[in-house]
Amino acid sequence: MTASVRLERIDGQSSDGQTLEFRCSGDWTVRHGMPAVAEVAAGLAGDPAPGRVIVQARELGRWDSSLVAYVAAVEELCRSRSIAFDKGDLPPGVRRLVDLALAVPERAGTRRAGGAKPVLVLVGEGTLRSWSGFQDTLSFLGEATLSFLRLVAGRARFRRSDLMLTVQECGAQALGIAFIISLLVGLILAFVGAVQLRTFGAEIYVANLVTVAMTREMAAIMTAIVLAGRTGAAFAAQLGTMQANEEIDALTTLGVSPIDFLVLPRMLALMLMMPLLYLYSAFAGMLGGLLVGTGMLDLTGTTYLTQTQASFSFTDFFVGWGKSVLFGALVAIAGCMRGIQSGRSAAAVGNAATSAVVTALVYIIISDAILAVLLNIVGL
Amino acid sequence: MEPAPPTSYLANEPRIAVRTLDMAFGGFVVQRDVSFTVRRGEIFVIMGDSGCGKSTMLKHMIGLIRPARGDVLYDGESFWGGSAGSDGTDHRMAISRRFGVLFQSGALWSSMTLAENVALPMTLYTDLDAREVAEMVALKLALVGLRGFEEYYPSEISGGMRKRAGLARAMALDPDILFLDEPSAGLDPLSSRRLDDLILELRDNLGSTVVIVTHELASIFAIADDAVFLDAESRTAIAHGNPRDLIDHAESPKVREFLHRGEMGGEMAATPA
Repeated sequence: MTASVRLERIDGQSSDGQTLEFRCSGDWTVRHGMPAVAEVAAGLAGDPAPGRVIVQARELGRWDSSLVAYVAAVEELCRSRSIAFDKGDLPPGVRRLVDLALAVPERAGTRRAGGAKPVLVLVGEGTLRSWSGFQDTLSFLGEATLSFLRLVAGRARFRRSDLMLTVQECGAQALGIAFIISLLVGLILAFVGAVQLRTFGAEIYVANLVTVAMTREMAAIMTAIVLAGRTGAAFAAQLGTMQANEEIDALTTLGVSPIDFLVLPRMLALMLMMPLLYLYSAFAGMLGGLLVGTGMLDLTGTTYLTQTQASFSFTDFFVGWGKSVLFGALVAIAGCMRGIQSGRSAAAVGNAATSAVVTALVYIIISDAILAVLLNIVGL
Repeated sequence: MEPAPPTSYLANEPRIAVRTLDMAFGGFVVQRDVSFTVRRGEIFVIMGDSGCGKSTMLKHMIGLIRPARGDVLYDGESFWGGSAGSDGTDHRMAISRRFGVLFQSGALWSSMTLAENVALPMTLYTDLDAREVAEMVALKLALVGLRGFEEYYPSEISGGMRKRAGLARAMALDPDILFLDEPSAGLDPLSSRRLDDLILELRDNLGSTVVIVTHELASIFAIADDAVFLDAESRTAIAHGNPRDLIDHAESPKVREFLHRGEMGGEMAATPA
């Protein structure tokens, strides 16, 4: 027999109005489902309103927490309408569990509205969030700048071993991947260029294309992208975990600026290593071009290298080299900023790592575009 | 630094005074209008039911969260008022050098060994050379029962050990004031007892003032000289005093019930809170 509830009014049992008898019968198990509380609510709303509700459970079969949940809901309903509730002849186990469930009252202001929010609320919240995100970015940039000035003034404090470890991680250990990526980019540039230039019989200019593209743009951009994915994300995860673990609070209370102690060595390491990686990357790209030139275009190695040398300009080189320092700083800032701003949960640390990469890529592309325009204006 | 205050002043002035402090996250008020004082050399307990804002109170006292209203005074000096014109960070850092903090999770720096963790405050703020630092580190670790663990990383030791190492780090500079956030949570009864003894020893021998956030009754009765009870429901402090007095004489039945661990019979439970 499944669970069922029957409501019955009994007159004259209570001094302050009618008594509603509330009969539970059958098996009350989670598997069989439970009747809706709304039924009881309707019964209570009847006219005249009952003064007392009593449970009658003579025909109750097996029961589990579904009965407890139901009775607790009904009792709470009665309390909210100031109707006396009597657990009647419910089994002692049910009574105790219901009492336990209702023992701690809900704290005022605790409950949150569930469900979907109106579109305007979402738009408003999103706007406020992006505004405060923008403010956070500015204040982080300001703090990082101040910290850099403290470094110049010799007042910034961090551990040299942290700097060395980061130098190793983002320098020597990134060399392999930076080399392979740049070699392939050089190869692709040369290949695409070769197909086009061959129609004019100008294959030899592949060397110019690769040299200019690699030194001025691609070497800096490709190493920056590799480091954004490799090192920027790692920075964000490290600092985010430190935030979650109160390690950053521990630094702050010790009177040490987390920016000086954690962000500065990472920024320095990237700004020192990026120009070196840039050199390797530019070299690897030209090597890729050479492979295509000699393998596909029937140019001799000497011809290709002579053409490369002729097309190499120190302006391009210093522009690319300078960019690599800037990109290094941007990747470090994006990674450290997302890490420091991270929330204190596992999901938040994951988001910080993702966001660090995205932020770094956006910074790199935007600053490269701005530089392209500026350099064009000054004629470099 | 600031000149040493005269002795008479030392005896009377409270070490720490929390003045009409409101704590809020956004618009949500956690506690309002909390005031209490901690005397020099006292072991002071901040207790209360879960979620009442005990740890948050500690974070306000050590400078991690700015109060929505009110201030904390150290030796009569305003912590949050600060100097006008700046946000007072340097001023707070100068004051915060007087205290050591043990965080709830230990908060050891995970990229450093225990020895490096304890050594960092010393290398930053003292002129000790490497050998002297190593000796001091060995002593501090020995005090918390971690002799020989100098070269271990925080991830290689148990939670209770991390907590004790955190205490060793908090004590690194022999601070005047120690803040301990739930020091005995997660410790076995014997370690917890040893930690209580250690805290008493530190107070008696170094004259440290100790502020502890905890709800471990055994600890509270063993070491507390004074306490404040923060209530989650009314969101303010509902009792001050020595817990051994409060247990039977607190005005609020909730505090008596808390200190009796709820084992007071039906008569008390029926009293409205």
